[in-house]
Amino acid sequence: MANLVVSGIILGSIITLGAVGLTLLYGIVNFGNFAHGDMMTLGAYIALLMTATIFPALGLVDTPIGPLSFGWVMLVSFLPAMGVTGLAAIAADRLVYRRLRERRVRPIMLAIAALAVAFVMRSVIYILWGADFHFYSQGLRTTWKLPLGITLRPDQVVVLVVAWAMVVGLYTFLQRTKTGKALRALADNPDLARVSGIATERMITLTWFIGGAMAAAAGILLGIDSQVRPEMGWLMLLPLFAAVILGGIGNAYGALAGGLILGVVQQVSTAFMSPSYKPAVAFIIMILVLLVRPQGIFGGSKSS
Amino acid sequence: MTENGSGRLLEVADVVSGYGEMEILHGVTLHVDRGEIVSLIGPNGAGKSTVIKTIFGLVPAWSGQVVFDGEPITALPPEQIVRRGISYVPQVENIFPSLTVEENLEMGAYLREDDFRPQMERIYQMFPEIADRRRTPAGKLSGGMRQMVAFGRAMMLEPQMLLLDEPSAGLAPLVVELIFETVVNINRQAGVTILMVEQNARKALEISHRGYVLVDGRNRVEGTGRELLANEEIGRLFLGG
Repeated sequence: MANLVVSGIILGSIITLGAVGLTLLYGIVNFGNFAHGDMMTLGAYIALLMTATIFPALGLVDTPIGPLSFGWVMLVSFLPAMGVTGLAAIAADRLVYRRLRERRVRPIMLAIAALAVAFVMRSVIYILWGADFHFYSQGLRTTWKLPLGITLRPDQVVVLVVAWAMVVGLYTFLQRTKTGKALRALADNPDLARVSGIATERMITLTWFIGGAMAAAAGILLGIDSQVRPEMGWLMLLPLFAAVILGGIGNAYGALAGGLILGVVQQVSTAFMSPSYKPAVAFIIMILVLLVRPQGIFGGSKSS
Repeated sequence: MTENGSGRLLEVADVVSGYGEMEILHGVTLHVDRGEIVSLIGPNGAGKSTVIKTIFGLVPAWSGQVVFDGEPITALPPEQIVRRGISYVPQVENIFPSLTVEENLEMGAYLREDDFRPQMERIYQMFPEIADRRRTPAGKLSGGMRQMVAFGRAMMLEPQMLLLDEPSAGLAPLVVELIFETVVNINRQAGVTILMVEQNARKALEISHRGYVLVDGRNRVEGTGRELLANEEIGRLFLGG
């Protein structure tokens, strides 16, 4: 059980990283980004392209650091993967969402457009990389046996550290910088933000970049924790949304707690039922929250 | 209030505007001189708020002209107008609820490149009630304090003029009193010219230098606050007297 809680915290940290981006986007663009899971996949595959093809072609072959199954090349690959995915998210905004936004369509139309973007992204991944799954490294996966029956891989410690460093980084940005505060202001009250001189479109572009980059990092971490495959992000969509709704949609702090709770509950559930029911667990949590406390456990942040 | 021509700060000439196909203002003409408090009163649906929104560029003017500080601003968007020295306080949703009081003020200063701290301190001195709650999310404050945050946010750019849309709406009577005192303070201490729309016509006229009565999208009567208060017809129609 303790072991499941630990693996739940690791999965939960990955969910959190995706969920904070999703909830931030919701606050700014006002629709649920159904392509968020596939942005995770895209990030994971770009990192795979870096570690398996581009860096080796440059003569840089990854050598594992200490007990880890990967080395610096893997870690450096985060940057291009996050950058490219962030730009892809901006491209999707320019090509699809902005045009719809200018026509003032309802949020549901934007969400469905995001679903279409998700399908396109996944199809492109299938075409380029095929349906097989991949591992970032062929290195040996060491396992530490800790008390209370906890098994932990050194890789997972890195997953935890990277995920939380990014989440903390994002929160610091949102709390301390002028641009971060302006983003929160825009999510709070778009009309007042506009009369205060905050440039809405620039902020939306920035939010897509941040959302895409964070999703990419979450995807890579998921790939390190398990493996890289085309449906990896799509299957995360339900837990991502469940985490966001659990924390109160649009509430950045709620997403943090929601992600952790989701991860732990999903993993612990495997003690009682088949792991293939994990998505159902996320679904049940989401339905329960919507029925009992639709504003999420931390209340809504949108009302004034 | 000065005698020479430079006293005129805002001039609205024969402005027609509305939403979509619907014409709300059928030709409004008014002016505000430097240092004045001017109130715009009238029955519900007369288009009072539309006047302010048209001046601020939130509602496009179909015809007519708005001149501020000698320059036409008729076709400018709000983000340009705000840079020229007019700030606007909407009637509702005039704060960022999840941001702290201090962050609300910082967002008011978003366009400033220079150090806004001195102005922030002046605002805290003017509104000591909110100074004690700098770190409180503005949405958690009482109605009166939220209104002060809204005023404070609008004053961070040190505007020459404030446009207030029903500042006393939805507040308890005691708080209404406080808000009107605050408006007078802003006008006297900070030297900000004020054009406000008010439902609470009597109170508004009591603190105003001049007022306009707007009926059906046209201004009907103009006068000093005292004249309008003494006018029997207006008293009967709008002042509940």
